[in-house]
Amino acid sequence: MGEHGHGPPKGIVRWLTTTNHKDIGTMYLVFSLVMFLVGGLMALVIRSELFQPGLQLVDPAFFNQMTTMHALVMVFGAVMPATVGLANWMIPMQIGAADMALPRMNLFSFWLLAFAFLLLLSTLFIPGGAPAAGWTLYPPLVLQTGQAFPMAIFAIHLMGASSIMGAINVIVTIVNMRAPGMTLLKMPLFSWSWLITAYLLIAVMPVFAGGVTMLLTDYYFHTSFFNAAGGGDPVLFQHVFWFFGHPEVYIMILPAFGIVSEVIATFSRKPIFGYEAMVYAIASIAFLSFIVWAHHMFTVGMPLAGQLFFTLSTMLIAVPTGVKIFNWTATMWRGSISFEPPMLFALAFLFLFTIGGFSGLMLAIAPADFQYHDTYFVVAHFHYVLVPGAVFGIMAAVYYWLPKWTGHMYDMALAKWHFWLSAIFVNVLFFPQHYLGLAGMPRRIPDYALQFTEWNMVSTIGAFGFGLSQLLFVWLIVKCVKGGERATAGVWDYQHGLEWTVPSPAPYHTFEKAPEVR
Amino acid sequence: MSIAKRMLMRSAVAGVLAALATMPAHAGWDLLNMPKGVSELSREIYDMHMIMLWICTVIAVFTFGAMIWAMVRFRKSKGAVADGKMLHNARLEAAWTIVPVLILIGMAIPSVEKLIKIEDTSGSELTIKVTGYQWQWHYEYLGTGVSFFSRLARDSDAARQKRSGIDPRSVEHYLLNVDKPLVVPTGTKIRMLLTANDVIHAWWVPDFGMKRDAIPGFINEMWISVDEDKPGTYRGQCAELCGADHGFMPIVVDAKPPAEFRAWLEQQMAAAAGSRLAATE
Repeated sequence: MGEHGHGPPKGIVRWLTTTNHKDIGTMYLVFSLVMFLVGGLMALVIRSELFQPGLQLVDPAFFNQMTTMHALVMVFGAVMPATVGLANWMIPMQIGAADMALPRMNLFSFWLLAFAFLLLLSTLFIPGGAPAAGWTLYPPLVLQTGQAFPMAIFAIHLMGASSIMGAINVIVTIVNMRAPGMTLLKMPLFSWSWLITAYLLIAVMPVFAGGVTMLLTDYYFHTSFFNAAGGGDPVLFQHVFWFFGHPEVYIMILPAFGIVSEVIATFSRKPIFGYEAMVYAIASIAFLSFIVWAHHMFTVGMPLAGQLFFTLSTMLIAVPTGVKIFNWTATMWRGSISFEPPMLFALAFLFLFTIGGFSGLMLAIAPADFQYHDTYFVVAHFHYVLVPGAVFGIMAAVYYWLPKWTGHMYDMALAKWHFWLSAIFVNVLFFPQHYLGLAGMPRRIPDYALQFTEWNMVSTIGAFGFGLSQLLFVWLIVKCVKGGERATAGVWDYQHGLEWTVPSPAPYHTFEKAPEVR
Repeated sequence: MSIAKRMLMRSAVAGVLAALATMPAHAGWDLLNMPKGVSELSREIYDMHMIMLWICTVIAVFTFGAMIWAMVRFRKSKGAVADGKMLHNARLEAAWTIVPVLILIGMAIPSVEKLIKIEDTSGSELTIKVTGYQWQWHYEYLGTGVSFFSRLARDSDAARQKRSGIDPRSVEHYLLNVDKPLVVPTGTKIRMLLTANDVIHAWWVPDFGMKRDAIPGFINEMWISVDEDKPGTYRGQCAELCGADHGFMPIVVDAKPPAEFRAWLEQQMAAAAGSRLAATE
């Protein structure tokens, strides 16, 4: 840290060697945007093939590679790195710290992630192609993967290591580096949501790593963890996977909860309603996420007692989630609401995430799940919580903090176009999938019976509309980085939080002297 | 809007309408909900689904109503001034924690009842063992010596090849037809034993309500029944990703009245015995 007062080095060296939280945050965010487009292209391949019955474009094996890679890229490459990028940029600024606590590890975890994706995406170009057993990697099917198998497992290990390091960094930063007076219960909700997310990551990533390592030894050393012929059990993997996988979905959504809390308060011009309840609700959701995993696998033939337990525990999640929805609504109540782009995305989140919550509650009921399971109803459900949920949350954050990052206001009209097109097409894309699932269309099939044609066509039209709308987002960001009206320190009419006390763009080093928080 | 733009819009709209008009009249637009099905279980499951759907709809009306009301009533552009002192309200917050708990208990009770019924396979009159293969099903009527494979019908298989040139619309029951369907008696509680030979599959006929995984090395069980007055052909698909041809291993069940079923089974038993005899000679 001998270069106080100097700017960063110029050119590529800056990005390869930086330990600055803002630079690393930017790299994470750009990486995530690129992966969002790559994963989106894969989704368009899937939706193009499903536009009409019959196989027109791809063969079934490649179709399965696309569904598998789309999920892995979107989960580990787009959503998680975006929230890590936001954490890097915003947590030090929100708690009044000069940087993240462990800056070199921070850089290392970014490059690990980049390398992991280079490895994972390269499997598309090797003989036999990419993994095709679904992102859930269920054995025995996943053990039929060809040369891509060890590469995918290694890539997953690297992503896991990267996430764990990122999580340690967040925890150490928040626990040790808060400015004087910034008690935990004064901390902004985005930082709170990330503190809890970080604990989830540390708890479940090693479990996933263990699971995929057992796959690896089953594959190469003929152990039989998941092979009944050798005394193992394929369902054991599903338990291990979902013990990781359920908290994983909260790892993706909790930071969005934090963002939406900040944005709704700002544009209602009023502090968040029930701040402490919001913190406790996030913590309760995080705790419950550890005891509900088997609701993803009601059809594996669990004993009755197990099915009852997982049905009831899953239903409980509706309680703290409801508290959050009601508190957001109460924050708007008797507010002074305006509809800038971040608020538009936060409001769409509020409505559409709630729809995903309702279908989630329906899926929790084991007897009904016997029909829903592995159909497009499930696909519709998790895309509602992940796209207009997590992704809209991230977009709200970008529109909220972009002037702070770049020092420029962005093109508001373009941002509104982006919002309205995204919000309309995301529903055209995913709402009909509820119908398809209820009418009996299984997920992960490249071709379908004729009665599913109409809604599949609608869904595909929605997919192209949604995908193309995202080009506006890219264009808007590029334009805003290059120039635009100068942003003030406060940016918005109503500010809460330390990040609005520093100039825009935020200087390369902020809070070298810790601010006093009253 | 300029004239050129308007013309462009108009031709685009006309194009979409023309595309819609060419769709077959029996289109799937009306496929919006879960089938009620033809068995006791499928109706129980359908009822559970509808209970949930209605409860969610009512909650949605209230919560979305409150959100919309707030968005309309408390707009800055309408001169709304924020009430910065509205920070929390213990009573209100307790209410919106406790009321959902009560609603959940209301949902939990019927779901527990139904689950207990679904899992009770006792008192079945016929047992059929189902084995999933990549990519076909094998059915065995336990204790009768009758067993056979059931795979995608030839015409569907030809049409589903990449760029086959065959219009799927010209194929009867495209992707939902097999060479030899499973035959079951109506009005009978049938126990299904499910397993697999290679990877995990899942056996699912929506009209029967149930779906269960077929897992290699393990045997799962479930029961189905078809209403006495509803003989007919019922179709479903493998529901667990099982490799490249996962989308091409349909399930077809022919439900016959018990007398007809017995006649069919006896004929199959005789044929099976005949072929066994031929094999030993």
